[in-house]
Amino acid sequence: MNDPAAVRVAVTGVGVISALGHNASEFWEALACGRPGIAPLQSIEPGQLRFPNAAEVRNYNPADYFDEKEIGLLDRFAQFGAIAAREAIRDAAIQWTDELRENTAIVTGSCVGGQTTEDEGFVNLYRKNIPRVNPLTIPRTMENAAASRISLEYGITGPTYTISTACSSSNHAIGQAFWLVRSGVARMALAGGSEAVFSLGFLKAWEAMRVVSPDTCRPFSRDRRGLILGEGGAMLVLEPIESAQARGAKIYGEIAGFGMSSDAFHITQPSPDGAARAMRAALADARLKPEQVGYINAHGTATPANDATETTAIRKVFAGHAAKLAVSSTKSMHGHALGAAGALEAVATLLALDRSVLPPTANYTEPDPACDLDVIPNHSRSASVECALSNSFAFGGLNAVLAFRRATD
Amino acid sequence: MSNEQLTERVRGIIASTQHIALEKVTLDSTFQELGIDSLDGINILFAVESEFNVNIPDDAAQNIRSVRDVVDGIAKLLDQNEGGQAAVRA
Repeated sequence: MNDPAAVRVAVTGVGVISALGHNASEFWEALACGRPGIAPLQSIEPGQLRFPNAAEVRNYNPADYFDEKEIGLLDRFAQFGAIAAREAIRDAAIQWTDELRENTAIVTGSCVGGQTTEDEGFVNLYRKNIPRVNPLTIPRTMENAAASRISLEYGITGPTYTISTACSSSNHAIGQAFWLVRSGVARMALAGGSEAVFSLGFLKAWEAMRVVSPDTCRPFSRDRRGLILGEGGAMLVLEPIESAQARGAKIYGEIAGFGMSSDAFHITQPSPDGAARAMRAALADARLKPEQVGYINAHGTATPANDATETTAIRKVFAGHAAKLAVSSTKSMHGHALGAAGALEAVATLLALDRSVLPPTANYTEPDPACDLDVIPNHSRSASVECALSNSFAFGGLNAVLAFRRATD
Repeated sequence: MSNEQLTERVRGIIASTQHIALEKVTLDSTFQELGIDSLDGINILFAVESEFNVNIPDDAAQNIRSVRDVVDGIAKLLDQNEGGQAAVRA
Protein backbone atom coordinates (compact mmCIF):
# COMPACT_ATOMS: atom_id res chain seq x y z
CA MET A 1 0.00 0.00 0.00
CA ASN A 2 1.21 3.50 -0.82
CA ASP A 3 2.31 5.70 2.03
CA PRO A 4 -0.66 8.02 2.61
CA ALA A 5 1.67 10.81 3.70
CA ALA A 6 3.57 10.59 0.42
CA VAL A 7 1.16 12.99 -1.28
CA ARG A 8 2.00 16.54 -0.28
CA VAL A 9 -0.93 18.95 -0.14
CA ALA A 10 -0.47 22.57 -1.21
CA VAL A 11 -2.64 25.59 -0.55
CA THR A 12 -3.03 27.47 -3.82
CA GLY A 13 -5.78 29.95 -3.04
CA VAL A 14 -7.00 31.93 -0.02
CA GLY A 15 -10.03 34.11 0.60
CA VAL A 16 -11.04 36.07 3.70
CA ILE A 17 -13.76 38.44 4.82
CA SER A 18 -13.39 39.64 8.40
CA ALA A 19 -13.26 42.60 10.72
CA LEU A 20 -9.88 43.33 9.16
CA GLY A 21 -11.32 43.91 5.69
CA HIS A 22 -13.18 42.30 2.84
CA ASN A 23 -10.34 40.35 1.23
CA ALA A 24 -7.12 38.50 2.07
CA SER A 25 -4.84 41.46 1.24
CA GLU A 26 -6.60 43.76 3.71
CA PHE A 27 -6.63 40.94 6.27
CA TRP A 28 -2.88 40.45 5.97
CA GLU A 29 -2.08 44.16 5.93
CA ALA A 30 -3.89 44.63 9.27
CA LEU A 31 -2.24 41.54 10.80
CA ALA A 32 1.22 42.61 9.69
CA CYS A 33 0.64 46.10 11.17
CA GLY A 34 -0.80 44.68 14.39
CA ARG A 35 -4.00 46.69 13.82
CA PRO A 36 -7.09 45.26 15.56
CA GLY A 37 -10.54 45.33 13.97
CA ILE A 38 -12.20 45.65 17.39
CA ALA A 39 -14.64 48.55 17.75
CA PRO A 40 -17.99 49.48 19.33
CA LEU A 41 -20.69 46.98 18.39
CA GLN A 42 -22.90 48.34 15.58
CA SER A 43 -25.29 45.44 14.85
CA ILE A 44 -27.05 45.74 18.21
CA GLU A 45 -28.57 48.81 19.85
CA PRO A 46 -26.13 49.96 22.55
CA GLY A 47 -26.85 49.56 26.25
CA GLN A 48 -28.25 46.02 26.12
CA LEU A 49 -25.04 44.13 26.85
CA ARG A 50 -22.25 44.23 29.43
CA PHE A 51 -19.67 44.18 26.62
CA PRO A 52 -19.70 47.12 24.18
CA ASN A 53 -17.07 45.98 21.64
CA ALA A 54 -16.78 43.41 18.87
CA ALA A 55 -14.88 42.49 15.72
CA GLU A 56 -17.62 42.97 13.12
CA VAL A 57 -17.31 42.98 9.34
CA ARG A 58 -17.74 46.72 8.66
CA ASN A 59 -19.17 48.53 5.65
CA TYR A 60 -20.60 45.29 4.36
CA ASN A 61 -23.34 45.50 1.75
CA PRO A 62 -24.62 42.09 0.60
CA ALA A 63 -25.83 43.69 -2.65
CA ASP A 64 -22.18 44.16 -3.62
CA TYR A 65 -21.93 40.37 -3.84
CA PHE A 66 -25.40 38.89 -4.38
CA ASP A 67 -28.64 39.79 -6.14
CA GLU A 68 -31.77 40.35 -4.10
CA LYS A 69 -33.15 36.87 -4.55
CA GLU A 70 -29.87 35.33 -3.43
CA ILE A 71 -29.75 37.57 -0.37
CA GLY A 72 -33.17 36.26 0.61
CA LEU A 73 -31.79 32.71 0.51
CA LEU A 74 -28.53 33.32 2.35
CA ASP A 75 -27.94 34.14 5.99
CA ARG A 76 -25.00 36.44 6.67
CA PHE A 77 -22.79 33.48 7.65
CA ALA A 78 -23.44 31.70 4.32
CA GLN A 79 -22.74 34.94 2.45
CA PHE A 80 -19.37 35.21 4.20
CA GLY A 81 -18.54 31.60 3.29
CA ALA A 82 -19.45 32.14 -0.37
CA ILE A 83 -17.52 35.43 -0.59
CA ALA A 84 -14.38 33.85 0.88
CA ALA A 85 -14.72 30.85 -1.46
CA ARG A 86 -15.04 33.12 -4.51
CA GLU A 87 -11.85 34.94 -3.60
CA ALA A 88 -9.97 31.69 -2.93
CA ILE A 89 -11.13 30.14 -6.23
CA ARG A 90 -10.21 33.29 -8.17
CA ASP A 91 -6.86 33.44 -6.37
CA ALA A 92 -6.07 29.82 -7.25
CA ALA A 93 -6.94 30.48 -10.93
CA ILE A 94 -8.76 27.16 -11.14
CA GLN A 95 -9.67 26.03 -14.66
CA TRP A 96 -12.87 24.09 -14.04
CA THR A 97 -13.70 20.97 -16.01
CA ASP A 98 -16.61 18.60 -15.43
CA GLU A 99 -14.18 16.01 -14.18
CA LEU A 100 -12.57 18.42 -11.71
CA ARG A 101 -16.00 19.54 -10.43
CA GLU A 102 -16.89 15.92 -9.72
CA ASN A 103 -13.63 15.35 -7.88
CA THR A 104 -13.55 18.51 -5.79
CA ALA A 105 -14.60 18.38 -2.14
CA ILE A 106 -16.06 21.18 -0.05
CA VAL A 107 -15.71 20.96 3.72
CA THR A 108 -16.82 23.91 5.82
CA GLY A 109 -17.05 24.66 9.51
CA SER A 110 -19.64 26.65 11.41
CA CYS A 111 -20.56 26.71 15.07
CA VAL A 112 -24.03 28.27 14.93
CA GLY A 113 -24.96 28.50 11.25
CA GLY A 114 -27.75 30.94 10.48
CA GLN A 115 -28.63 31.82 14.05
CA THR A 116 -29.22 35.51 13.18
CA THR A 117 -32.00 34.37 10.83
CA GLU A 118 -33.41 32.16 13.58
CA ASP A 119 -33.23 35.02 16.09
CA GLU A 120 -35.17 37.33 13.75
CA GLY A 121 -37.81 34.65 13.28
CA PHE A 122 -38.18 34.20 17.02
CA VAL A 123 -38.51 37.96 17.59
CA ASN A 124 -41.32 38.05 15.03
CA LEU A 125 -43.03 35.01 16.47
CA TYR A 126 -42.68 35.53 20.22
CA ARG A 127 -42.38 39.29 20.60
CA LYS A 128 -44.30 40.72 17.66
CA ASN A 129 -46.87 37.93 17.65
CA ILE A 130 -46.51 37.44 13.91
CA PRO A 131 -47.69 33.83 13.58
CA ARG A 132 -45.94 33.02 10.27
CA VAL A 133 -42.23 32.38 10.00
CA ASN A 134 -40.26 33.04 6.80
CA PRO A 135 -40.29 29.79 4.78
CA LEU A 136 -36.60 30.28 3.94
CA THR A 137 -35.66 30.09 7.63
CA ILE A 138 -34.65 26.43 7.43
CA PRO A 139 -32.40 26.64 4.34
CA ARG A 140 -30.88 29.88 5.66
CA THR A 141 -30.25 28.47 9.13
CA MET A 142 -28.75 25.06 8.36
CA GLU A 143 -25.03 24.84 9.21
CA ASN A 144 -24.25 23.46 5.73
CA ALA A 145 -25.81 26.46 3.94
CA ALA A 146 -22.40 27.93 3.03
CA ALA A 147 -21.06 24.60 1.71
CA SER A 148 -24.22 24.05 -0.33
CA ARG A 149 -24.13 27.59 -1.71
CA ILE A 150 -20.51 27.16 -2.89
CA SER A 151 -21.41 23.80 -4.46
CA LEU A 152 -24.38 25.35 -6.31
CA GLU A 153 -22.47 28.44 -7.42
CA TYR A 154 -19.62 26.49 -9.03
CA GLY A 155 -21.37 23.22 -9.90
CA ILE A 156 -18.97 21.35 -7.62
CA THR A 157 -20.38 17.86 -7.12
CA GLY A 158 -17.78 16.02 -5.03
CA PRO A 159 -17.96 15.19 -1.30
CA THR A 160 -19.50 18.23 0.42
CA TYR A 161 -20.26 18.56 4.12
CA THR A 162 -20.02 20.71 7.22
CA ILE A 163 -18.47 20.14 10.60
CA SER A 164 -19.77 21.80 13.74
CA THR A 165 -17.45 21.47 16.70
CA ALA A 166 -17.84 24.92 18.27
CA CYS A 167 -14.56 26.87 18.13
CA SER A 168 -12.69 24.02 16.43
CA SER A 169 -15.19 23.67 13.53
CA SER A 170 -13.07 25.02 10.71
CA ASN A 171 -9.84 23.41 11.86
CA HIS A 172 -11.67 20.10 11.83
CA ALA A 173 -13.04 21.01 8.37
CA ILE A 174 -9.65 21.95 6.91
CA GLY A 175 -8.07 18.85 8.46
CA GLN A 176 -10.72 16.58 6.94
CA ALA A 177 -10.36 18.24 3.53
CA PHE A 178 -6.58 17.87 3.78
CA TRP A 179 -6.97 14.14 4.41
CA LEU A 180 -9.43 13.80 1.49
CA VAL A 181 -6.85 15.32 -0.86
CA ARG A 182 -3.87 13.51 0.62
CA SER A 183 -5.61 10.15 0.39
CA GLY A 184 -6.69 10.74 -3.21
CA VAL A 185 -10.43 10.72 -2.44
CA ALA A 186 -10.58 14.28 -3.82
CA ARG A 187 -8.35 15.94 -6.41
CA MET A 188 -9.02 19.35 -4.99
CA ALA A 189 -10.80 20.75 -1.96
CA LEU A 190 -12.28 23.99 -0.77
CA ALA A 191 -12.06 24.14 2.98
CA GLY A 192 -12.63 26.71 5.67
CA GLY A 193 -15.47 28.15 7.65
CA SER A 194 -17.76 31.08 8.25
CA GLU A 195 -19.73 32.56 11.12
CA ALA A 196 -22.08 35.46 11.87
CA VAL A 197 -22.71 35.80 15.58
CA PHE A 198 -24.25 39.22 16.12
CA SER A 199 -27.85 38.71 17.17
CA LEU A 200 -29.09 39.93 20.54
CA GLY A 201 -30.27 36.47 21.63
CA PHE A 202 -26.92 34.85 20.96
CA LEU A 203 -24.88 37.70 22.44
CA LYS A 204 -27.01 37.54 25.61
CA ALA A 205 -26.04 33.88 25.91
CA TRP A 206 -22.35 34.83 25.64
CA GLU A 207 -22.85 37.57 28.20
CA ALA A 208 -24.24 34.98 30.61
CA MET A 209 -21.12 32.82 30.10
CA ARG A 210 -19.03 35.70 31.54
CA VAL A 211 -16.12 35.14 29.17
CA VAL A 212 -16.43 38.23 26.95
CA SER A 213 -14.09 41.12 27.65
CA PRO A 214 -15.61 44.47 28.63
CA ASP A 215 -12.87 46.30 26.71
CA THR A 216 -10.57 44.51 24.27
CA CYS A 217 -8.88 41.17 23.62
CA ARG A 218 -5.46 40.87 25.31
CA PRO A 219 -4.26 37.29 24.84
CA PHE A 220 -1.49 36.09 27.17
CA SER A 221 -1.40 39.48 28.91
CA ARG A 222 -1.72 39.47 32.70
CA ASP A 223 -4.67 41.89 32.56
CA ARG A 224 -6.64 39.88 29.97
CA ARG A 225 -10.37 39.98 30.65
CA GLY A 226 -11.83 37.58 28.12
CA LEU A 227 -12.52 37.16 24.43
CA ILE A 228 -13.92 39.55 21.85
CA LEU A 229 -16.48 38.01 19.53
CA GLY A 230 -15.81 38.25 15.81
CA GLU A 231 -17.38 37.18 12.54
CA GLY A 232 -16.38 36.46 8.96
CA GLY A 233 -15.32 33.70 6.65
CA ALA A 234 -12.13 32.22 5.26
CA MET A 235 -11.55 29.53 2.62
CA LEU A 236 -8.53 27.71 1.25
CA VAL A 237 -8.01 25.81 -2.00
CA LEU A 238 -6.12 22.54 -1.42
CA GLU A 239 -4.59 20.31 -4.09
CA PRO A 240 -1.70 17.88 -4.42
CA ILE A 241 1.53 19.82 -4.74
CA GLU A 242 2.40 17.99 -7.94
CA SER A 243 -0.71 19.17 -9.77
CA ALA A 244 -0.25 22.68 -8.35
CA GLN A 245 3.30 22.77 -9.67
CA ALA A 246 2.26 21.27 -13.00
CA ARG A 247 -0.25 24.04 -13.61
CA GLY A 248 2.11 26.72 -12.34
CA ALA A 249 -0.12 27.74 -9.43
CA LYS A 250 1.04 30.07 -6.67
CA ILE A 251 1.76 27.89 -3.61
CA TYR A 252 1.21 29.63 -0.28
CA GLY A 253 2.51 26.67 1.67
CA GLU A 254 1.61 23.10 2.49
CA ILE A 255 -0.73 21.59 4.99
CA ALA A 256 1.64 19.04 6.46
CA GLY A 257 -0.46 17.38 9.13
CA PHE A 258 -3.63 17.32 11.17
CA GLY A 259 -4.24 16.12 14.72
CA MET A 260 -7.29 15.99 16.93
CA SER A 261 -8.30 14.88 20.38
CA SER A 262 -11.04 15.15 22.97
CA ASP A 263 -10.31 16.23 26.54
CA ALA A 264 -13.02 14.09 28.17
CA PHE A 265 -12.46 16.42 31.11
CA HIS A 266 -15.08 19.17 31.39
CA ILE A 267 -17.74 20.68 29.12
CA THR A 268 -16.19 24.19 29.22
CA GLN A 269 -12.91 24.12 31.17
CA PRO A 270 -9.87 23.40 29.01
CA SER A 271 -7.32 20.67 29.73
CA PRO A 272 -3.62 20.92 28.89
CA ASP A 273 -3.48 17.16 28.27
CA GLY A 274 -6.09 17.17 25.51
CA ALA A 275 -4.54 20.19 23.80
CA ALA A 276 -1.06 18.63 24.02
CA ARG A 277 -2.32 15.35 22.53
CA ALA A 278 -3.81 17.18 19.55
CA MET A 279 -0.57 19.09 18.91
CA ARG A 280 1.45 15.86 19.16
CA ALA A 281 -0.97 14.13 16.79
CA ALA A 282 -0.58 16.94 14.23
CA LEU A 283 3.22 16.72 14.46
CA ALA A 284 3.11 12.93 14.09
CA ASP A 285 0.73 13.13 11.11
CA ALA A 286 3.09 15.66 9.50
CA ARG A 287 6.16 13.62 10.46
CA LEU A 288 7.64 16.70 12.02
CA LYS A 289 9.96 16.98 14.98
CA PRO A 290 8.99 19.65 17.51
CA GLU A 291 12.26 21.46 16.75
CA GLN A 292 11.12 22.09 13.15
CA VAL A 293 8.24 24.28 14.35
CA GLY A 294 9.06 27.98 14.63
CA TYR A 295 5.64 29.57 15.03
CA ILE A 296 2.30 28.69 16.61
CA ASN A 297 -0.88 30.59 15.84
CA ALA A 298 -2.42 29.98 19.25
CA HIS A 299 -6.05 29.40 20.10
CA GLY A 300 -5.32 32.37 22.43
CA THR A 301 -8.85 33.49 23.28
CA ALA A 302 -7.68 35.83 26.09
CA THR A 303 -9.81 34.11 28.72
CA PRO A 304 -7.85 33.60 31.95
CA ALA A 305 -8.27 29.81 31.64
CA ASN A 306 -7.44 29.24 27.97
CA ASP A 307 -4.20 31.14 27.71
CA ALA A 308 -2.61 29.64 30.82
CA THR A 309 -3.74 26.12 29.85
CA GLU A 310 -2.51 26.53 26.27
CA THR A 311 0.87 27.72 27.56
CA THR A 312 1.15 24.61 29.74
CA ALA A 313 0.17 22.41 26.78
CA ILE A 314 2.76 24.02 24.49
CA ARG A 315 5.44 23.53 27.14
CA LYS A 316 4.46 19.87 27.52
CA VAL A 317 4.81 19.24 23.78
CA PHE A 318 7.84 21.35 22.99
CA ALA A 319 9.80 21.12 26.28
CA GLY A 320 13.07 23.05 25.88
CA HIS A 321 12.20 24.14 22.33
CA ALA A 322 9.26 26.17 23.74
CA ALA A 323 11.77 28.90 24.61
CA LYS A 324 12.62 29.27 20.91
CA LEU A 325 9.04 29.25 19.66
CA ALA A 326 7.20 32.37 18.57
CA VAL A 327 3.52 32.16 19.55
CA SER A 328 0.82 34.72 18.80
CA SER A 329 -2.93 35.05 18.97
CA THR A 330 -4.34 36.86 15.95
CA LYS A 331 -7.73 36.79 17.72
CA SER A 332 -6.42 39.99 19.31
CA MET A 333 -7.12 41.58 15.90
CA HIS A 334 -9.86 39.60 14.07
CA GLY A 335 -11.69 38.58 17.24
CA HIS A 336 -12.99 35.12 18.04
CA ALA A 337 -15.10 34.12 15.05
CA LEU A 338 -16.02 30.75 16.64
CA GLY A 339 -16.56 28.26 13.80
CA ALA A 340 -14.63 30.48 11.37
CA ALA A 341 -11.70 31.04 13.75
CA GLY A 342 -9.55 28.14 12.54
CA ALA A 343 -10.00 29.18 8.90
CA LEU A 344 -9.06 32.82 9.55
CA GLU A 345 -6.04 31.62 11.52
CA ALA A 346 -5.04 29.10 8.84
CA VAL A 347 -4.85 31.95 6.33
CA ALA A 348 -2.92 34.08 8.85
CA THR A 349 -0.46 31.22 9.41
CA LEU A 350 0.02 30.46 5.70
CA LEU A 351 0.59 34.12 4.87
CA ALA A 352 3.05 34.38 7.78
CA LEU A 353 5.06 31.49 6.29
CA ASP A 354 4.74 32.89 2.76
CA ARG A 355 5.74 36.47 3.65
CA SER A 356 8.27 35.54 6.37
CA VAL A 357 6.49 37.88 8.79
CA LEU A 358 4.96 36.64 12.04
CA PRO A 359 1.81 38.52 13.09
CA PRO A 360 1.81 39.83 16.66
CA THR A 361 -0.41 39.43 19.69
CA ALA A 362 -2.02 42.89 19.72
CA ASN A 363 -3.28 44.84 22.75
CA TYR A 364 -0.62 43.21 24.92
CA THR A 365 0.25 45.20 28.04
CA GLU A 366 2.06 43.08 30.65
CA PRO A 367 3.61 39.62 30.98
CA ASP A 368 1.77 36.90 32.88
CA PRO A 369 4.02 34.30 34.55
CA ALA A 370 1.37 31.70 33.65
CA CYS A 371 1.80 32.56 29.95
CA ASP A 372 5.58 32.82 29.78
CA LEU A 373 6.06 32.25 26.04
CA ASP A 374 7.41 34.60 23.37
CA VAL A 375 4.01 35.93 22.29
CA ILE A 376 5.28 38.50 19.74
CA PRO A 377 3.82 41.42 21.70
CA ASN A 378 2.18 44.17 19.61
CA HIS A 379 4.62 44.29 16.68
CA SER A 380 5.01 41.78 13.89
CA ARG A 381 8.40 40.21 13.38
CA SER A 382 10.38 39.29 10.27
CA ALA A 383 11.27 35.63 10.58
CA SER A 384 11.62 32.83 8.10
CA VAL A 385 9.98 29.81 9.68
CA GLU A 386 10.01 26.28 8.26
CA CYS A 387 6.88 24.94 9.96
CA ALA A 388 3.99 26.27 12.01
CA LEU A 389 1.01 24.98 13.96
CA SER A 390 -2.44 26.51 14.28
CA ASN A 391 -4.41 25.51 17.37
CA SER A 392 -8.17 25.37 17.90
CA PHE A 393 -9.62 24.18 21.21
CA ALA A 394 -13.40 24.12 21.51
CA PHE A 395 -15.92 24.23 24.30
CA GLY A 396 -16.86 20.62 24.78
CA GLY A 397 -13.16 19.74 24.97
CA LEU A 398 -12.68 19.07 21.24
CA ASN A 399 -9.23 19.98 19.93
CA ALA A 400 -8.01 20.30 16.33
CA VAL A 401 -4.51 21.31 15.30
CA LEU A 402 -3.15 21.92 11.79
CA ALA A 403 0.54 21.76 10.86
CA PHE A 404 1.81 23.87 7.97
CA ARG A 405 5.08 23.88 6.03
CA ARG A 406 6.55 26.80 4.15
CA ALA A 407 6.55 26.44 0.37
CA THR A 408 9.91 25.35 -1.00
CA ASP A 409 11.10 26.82 -4.27
CA MET B 1 -34.57 42.05 54.35
CA SER B 2 -32.23 41.01 57.15
CA ASN B 3 -28.83 39.46 56.54
CA GLU B 4 -30.20 36.17 57.90
CA GLN B 5 -33.04 36.18 55.38
CA LEU B 6 -30.63 37.01 52.56
CA THR B 7 -28.32 34.18 53.63
CA GLU B 8 -31.22 31.71 53.76
CA ARG B 9 -32.36 32.64 50.27
CA VAL B 10 -28.86 32.37 48.83
CA ARG B 11 -28.35 28.98 50.53
CA GLY B 12 -31.67 27.83 49.07
CA ILE B 13 -30.71 28.93 45.55
CA ILE B 14 -27.34 27.20 45.72
CA ALA B 15 -28.85 23.99 47.11
CA SER B 16 -31.59 23.87 44.49
CA THR B 17 -29.50 24.81 41.44
CA GLN B 18 -26.72 22.40 42.42
CA HIS B 19 -29.03 19.62 43.64
CA ILE B 20 -27.29 19.38 46.99
CA ALA B 21 -28.82 19.10 50.46
CA LEU B 22 -29.57 22.47 52.05
CA GLU B 23 -27.85 21.53 55.31
CA LYS B 24 -24.57 21.02 53.46
CA VAL B 25 -24.63 24.63 52.26
CA THR B 26 -23.41 26.86 55.09
CA LEU B 27 -22.34 30.49 55.07
CA ASP B 28 -18.75 29.29 55.40
CA SER B 29 -18.86 26.68 52.60
CA THR B 30 -16.48 27.33 49.73
CA PHE B 31 -17.52 26.48 46.18
CA GLN B 32 -14.66 24.02 46.07
CA GLU B 33 -15.94 22.16 49.15
CA LEU B 34 -19.38 21.96 47.56
CA GLY B 35 -17.97 20.65 44.27
CA ILE B 36 -19.04 23.82 42.43
CA ASP B 37 -16.88 24.51 39.35
CA SER B 38 -16.71 27.64 37.18
CA LEU B 39 -19.68 26.68 35.02
CA ASP B 40 -21.80 25.85 38.10
CA GLY B 41 -20.68 29.20 39.52
CA ILE B 42 -22.05 31.24 36.63
CA ASN B 43 -25.24 29.22 36.79
CA ILE B 44 -25.64 30.15 40.49
CA LEU B 45 -25.00 33.82 39.69
CA PHE B 46 -27.63 33.66 36.94
CA ALA B 47 -30.18 32.30 39.44
CA VAL B 48 -29.18 34.87 42.07
CA GLU B 49 -29.39 37.77 39.59
CA SER B 50 -32.90 36.70 38.63
CA GLU B 51 -34.00 36.20 42.26
CA PHE B 52 -32.78 39.58 43.53
CA ASN B 53 -33.08 41.53 40.27
CA VAL B 54 -29.46 42.67 40.34
CA ASN B 55 -26.64 42.61 37.82
CA ILE B 56 -23.36 41.18 39.01
CA PRO B 57 -20.43 42.58 36.98
CA ASP B 58 -18.05 40.06 35.40
CA ASP B 59 -15.05 41.30 37.39
CA ALA B 60 -16.89 40.85 40.70
CA ALA B 61 -18.17 37.46 39.54
CA GLN B 62 -14.64 36.19 39.07
CA ASN B 63 -13.88 36.72 42.75
CA ILE B 64 -16.92 34.88 44.06
CA ARG B 65 -15.73 31.56 45.42
CA SER B 66 -17.87 30.90 48.49
CA VAL B 67 -21.41 31.19 49.85
CA ARG B 68 -20.31 34.18 51.92
CA ASP B 69 -18.93 35.89 48.78
CA VAL B 70 -22.36 35.56 47.16
CA VAL B 71 -24.21 36.89 50.21
CA ASP B 72 -21.82 39.81 50.70
CA GLY B 73 -21.89 40.66 46.99
CA ILE B 74 -25.69 40.68 46.85
CA ALA B 75 -25.95 42.73 50.05
CA LYS B 76 -23.63 45.33 48.56
CA LEU B 77 -25.54 45.45 45.28
CA LEU B 78 -28.88 45.77 47.08
CA ASP B 79 -27.48 48.64 49.16
CA GLN B 80 -26.18 50.41 46.05
CA ASN B 81 -29.32 49.72 44.10
CA GLU B 82 -31.72 52.40 45.29
CA GLY B 83 -35.10 50.80 45.54
CA GLY B 84 -33.36 47.48 45.31
CA GLN B 85 -35.26 46.21 48.32
CA ALA B 86 -38.50 46.95 46.54
CA ALA B 87 -37.31 44.92 43.58
CA VAL B 88 -36.73 41.86 45.72
CA ARG B 89 -39.56 39.47 45.20
CA ALA B 90 -41.50 38.62 48.35
